[in-house]
Amino acid sequence: MITINNFVKVKTLAEAYQLNQKRTNVVIGGFMWLKMGNRKIQNAIDLSGLGLNKIEETDDEFRIGSMCTLRDLELHEGLNNECQGALKEAVYHIVGVQFRNGATVGGSIYGRYGFSDVLTCLMVLDCYVELFKGGIISLKEFAKKKYDNDILVRILIKKDSRKVSYQSQRNAKMDFPLIAVAVAKKKNNIFVAVGARPMKAKLIQKSGCLSEQNPSQEEIAEFADWAKGQFSYGSNMRASKEYREYLAYVYIKRGVKEVLKDDH
Amino acid sequence: MRSVNQPVRKKDAMSLVTGQPVYTQDIAPKDCLVVKILRSPYAHALIKEIKTESAMKLSGIECVLTYKDVPDKRFTLAGQTFPEPSPYDRLILDEKVRFIGDAVAIVAGDNEKTVDKALRRIKVKYDILEPILDFRCAKDNEVLIHPEQNWRSLCNVGADNKRNLCASGEEKHGDVDEIIGGCDWIIEQTYHTKANQQVTMETSRTFTYLDETGKLTCVTSTQIPFHVKRILSNALELPESRIRVIKPRIGGGFGAKQTAVTEVYPAIVTVKTGKPALIVYTRRESFIASSPRHENEIKVRIGADKNGIIKGIDMITLSNTGAYGEHGPTTVGLSGHKSLPLYGKVEAYHFRYDVVYTNVMSAGAYRGYGATQGIFALESAVNELAEKMGMDPVQIREINMVREGAVMPAYYGETLNSCALDRCMAKAKEMIGWDEKYPRINLKNGKVRSVGVSMAMQGSGIANVDTAGVLIKVNAAGLYDMKIGATDMGTGCDTILAQIAAECLHCSVDDITVSGVDTDVSPYDSGSYASSTTYVTGNAVVNTCETLVEKIRDKGARQLGCAIEDVEFDGARVYQVDAKESINLKDLTVAVGSDKELSATELFCSPVSPPPFVVGMAEVEIDKETGKIDLIDYVAVVDCGTVINTNLVRLQTEGGIAQGIGMALYEDITYGESGRNFSNSLMQYKIPTRLDVGRIRVGFESSYEPTGPFGAKSIGEVVINTPAPAIANAVFNGVRVKVRELPITAEKIYNGMKQKNI
Amino acid sequence: MIIKLWVNDKKITDEIDGDAILLDFLRDHGCYSVKRGCETSNCGLCTVLMDSKLVLSCSTLVARADGKHVITLEGLQEEAKEFGGFLADQGAEQCGFCSPGLVISVLTMVKELKNPSDREISEYLSGNLCRCSGYMGQLRAIKRYLNQKGAQKNEIS
Ligand SMILES: Cc1cc2nc3c(=O)[nH]c(=O)nc-3n(C[C@H](O)[C@H](O)[C@H](O)COP(=O)(O)OP(=O)(O)OC[C@H]3O[C@@H](n4cnc5c(N)ncnc54)[C@H](O)[C@@H]3O)c2cc1C
Ligand code: FES
Ligand code: FES
Repeated sequence: MITINNFVKVKTLAEAYQLNQKRTNVVIGGFMWLKMGNRKIQNAIDLSGLGLNKIEETDDEFRIGSMCTLRDLELHEGLNNECQGALKEAVYHIVGVQFRNGATVGGSIYGRYGFSDVLTCLMVLDCYVELFKGGIISLKEFAKKKYDNDILVRILIKKDSRKVSYQSQRNAKMDFPLIAVAVAKKKNNIFVAVGARPMKAKLIQKSGCLSEQNPSQEEIAEFADWAKGQFSYGSNMRASKEYREYLAYVYIKRGVKEVLKDDH
Repeated sequence: MRSVNQPVRKKDAMSLVTGQPVYTQDIAPKDCLVVKILRSPYAHALIKEIKTESAMKLSGIECVLTYKDVPDKRFTLAGQTFPEPSPYDRLILDEKVRFIGDAVAIVAGDNEKTVDKALRRIKVKYDILEPILDFRCAKDNEVLIHPEQNWRSLCNVGADNKRNLCASGEEKHGDVDEIIGGCDWIIEQTYHTKANQQVTMETSRTFTYLDETGKLTCVTSTQIPFHVKRILSNALELPESRIRVIKPRIGGGFGAKQTAVTEVYPAIVTVKTGKPALIVYTRRESFIASSPRHENEIKVRIGADKNGIIKGIDMITLSNTGAYGEHGPTTVGLSGHKSLPLYGKVEAYHFRYDVVYTNVMSAGAYRGYGATQGIFALESAVNELAEKMGMDPVQIREINMVREGAVMPAYYGETLNSCALDRCMAKAKEMIGWDEKYPRINLKNGKVRSVGVSMAMQGSGIANVDTAGVLIKVNAAGLYDMKIGATDMGTGCDTILAQIAAECLHCSVDDITVSGVDTDVSPYDSGSYASSTTYVTGNAVVNTCETLVEKIRDKGARQLGCAIEDVEFDGARVYQVDAKESINLKDLTVAVGSDKELSATELFCSPVSPPPFVVGMAEVEIDKETGKIDLIDYVAVVDCGTVINTNLVRLQTEGGIAQGIGMALYEDITYGESGRNFSNSLMQYKIPTRLDVGRIRVGFESSYEPTGPFGAKSIGEVVINTPAPAIANAVFNGVRVKVRELPITAEKIYNGMKQKNI
Repeated sequence: MIIKLWVNDKKITDEIDGDAILLDFLRDHGCYSVKRGCETSNCGLCTVLMDSKLVLSCSTLVARADGKHVITLEGLQEEAKEFGGFLADQGAEQCGFCSPGLVISVLTMVKELKNPSDREISEYLSGNLCRCSGYMGQLRAIKRYLNQKGAQKNEIS
């Protein structure tokens, strides 16, 4: 059970940061994950008065406030055009509309959950996390970082016209994924992120790995086989390690085919 | 027919869709104590020491009860007619805990926060015992789950607590070894069905209070109000006359509320404190300490002659009842009784079973009640037989299925008076396009579409046991008040029974008011389970109406000054057949000079339990590379005799099929090594969403059941039985993989495909 | 803390705990249509509108509703009757426990989606679980309702 003594709607990020330095104080995102925990919170830090619930689009990037909801991601046209609907595909299986109206981008990324579709998908984009103290770092770096007391302010996605594919497999349609695979291609760079292994998503990148023109099925399969080997896998009640590893291979292969599709 | 076989709106429909406060928690008094349970962290342990003082000290805590505070007399929570076949193996709180989640202490206080705090302050020391977690090792294990002296089995069900047996037995007809030995084709396989949760959207909940006379009143979300009365009387050692049970609208049953899961807790608090008390199970509690389906392992051996005629069936069921025996002895019987009779040409059968105690949550009743498990096993085996013989699985059923008029030795020797199974099969085939689609169609995208089939049956109430009472009274407005003891759990039985009454009384359904169940005023009913309501209570309605019409005619005749033979009743008035005189019902009700109240009450108990039938066909799509499976289409054609309410029967069918789909594809209660239940939330135990069920289509082929009300049989349970075997069959027809253990996951399909390629 | 909000257009000022949950608050204020079906935000029984958006009241802190307009089915009785009539005609409310959350979601969906296909309807409502009905009857009711509102031109089967 979770208890909260004080609810503090902060006026500035600095105030939020200040409060967050104490272990008994906690930033509240959508509260969906937090509320299931067992914790005594002294001060709940609410960022909803800071205007962080907007997605701003500039010429070269998207700036997504940490209080934006997953539903905002899903419905944002510019963003989904940029990633060819991959983000929409990544969040669409998450519980339901009401849920996605509540769950935040900040909570989803800060949490760095093993099962996260959102993290997996964003990772293959040119994506950065803006932290109040830590400044701007790549999502890849952030995912590896230890949990600390910083405040996640925004997610930044650079527009660089990469081609993106997102796939997941689930037992029931609205369950957690038992594997999540994102693939992107920029020029001759291929990015692959695999999440729900069931460990959290990790990114690998390889350039010049596939012949420029029309790689053969074998070449793609070979690449997928290599790529899946760059990740570790585990078993839980949803799937075994072996099955996950195999699925990673299949979906990397399919993802690569997808991002190569209109190229030639 | 005017009221029967119509899509009449449910009587409570508009209050439900507009969100009126009609459920247990909505109507609980504001000053109820909050009741919560401290639960065991061990699968098997003895309480060595339990300290409650510090919890008691909290202001706002009214009582903290432990095993020291409850009667030491065992009882069962199973909602069954006395003497219950389920063993008396429970105490409200016991010194010994038998699964992770078993009750250790009851805390009641003014508000939830304080009660939670008190729970944390109770300090318990346990002597940890070795648990039995694998039900295959339970029988004759040296670890005993119920060694206690005062454990009791009231009925002759082969129970033996010194062997961890909740029940065991066997039945046979003919010499199965000889018959199968002489067969050309034999299949012998083992099938495993898992424990599943009913997942009623309203979890179990109850409030209790003492009325002005000191009577313990229990308002509860239950399917079995009359049994709850007896269970409370047993558990609390109070006379039944001091207990009253009321059932308001309930948010789903499916068998979950056929066990008195929550009632004893607030009841003992009210008895001890004199104060009203409320317990509302969390979803978590309803997942870890409730009454799910019995896990079964079923060995099936069937033999057929060279033409595919099934001659003999041998079935051995091992059933896991968990820590306590609720519904253990009876569910297991249905695994045989409601599967074996589907095959009408069987010359010999042998059915053996053991029901064992283990250290997991106690099982209970879930729609299908054992039949679901037996049908998965037998139907899967028949599909394997068809495959071995190179026969279409539809055809093997067509030549073997039971037909109208057959005597069914495996079904208590009953004669089958109504059966449209053959027509159901023909219609299902047509609806799904079997001949075009069987066995599979390969798609261009690496996927395959395939179809599969299964048949199923159930009963209509428990013969010679289920009893229903109905009371109908003409009120001062000349309309009818009907009281039934059967519980409407959303199934619409209040409406269905009103339709039957309206048909008998020649009036409109709106002229009949049905009140909720209150054991102080409603006539006795053994409860809404075993698919008993339409058939058993429906018959009681018909009989009551007949008696009532007699009384109306009698009173009318006397008012008109003639003999009863000279008058008829047309729903509005009593009139003389050969003359002009008549008197309308309203006037008759208030007519003076008569001491007879216009009311009638009848009880009904059926000597038979006519089975409804279903044919189910599934169309699935499987990714041949990953094994990922999607359900595309599900067709079910039902024979439940005359359909009383076309809408409600369709909905019952669609709902049961969706539950069957969940069971087939992903529902599974999983335990860790120490016996911890991982499936403890809707996040970890997935039920189908509307994106999972594909398309469900329902057809009807009605037979006419001569013993049923207007030819009806029951429908509630049979509908859950076909999806698991039909989907398993579709998987086989698509990718030649046999999945014999539920649920049928993509990973199992993939593993099967991989093995075949090696 | 003291908060001020509107529940079904009625202004409420109240002193609440920092961890008070909107669902409990609404029930305490007489909105019994709001039901709890889980502790993990999965079931959708508790769905209400907050500033015109569907939210899970079980996962919303009352503090977050400060200054906002919350609507429950109690505040949408006419609309509920209108759509509810279609459910009733299908017998698609069985136990009815999921009905309030479903009805409020459908009433909102109608405003958000133009001419939705069956698939889009099911996607929009996938967070509203129902264990009784198998969902088909609800879909039939929704399609007939949309059709009557002229919001769906699909054929009704
Ligand atoms: C039933 C259920 C099913 C789910 N299924 C999926 C799924 O299938 N796929 C998927 O990808 N996800 C899934 N999720 C996760 C969900 O999408 C969210 O990621 C999760 O709920 C966290 O988001 P939130 O807004 O609720 O965060 P909260 O619960 O509010 O917070 C989560 C953590 O992040 C911290 N935090 C929040 N915001 C900030 C910030 N700005 N700065 C610093 N720290 C912050 C909090 O302190 C907390 O530790 C599921 C969650 C639930 C409850
Ligand atoms: S109560 Fe289940 S989602 Fe809110
Ligand atoms: S009608 Fe019972 S849960 Fe939907």
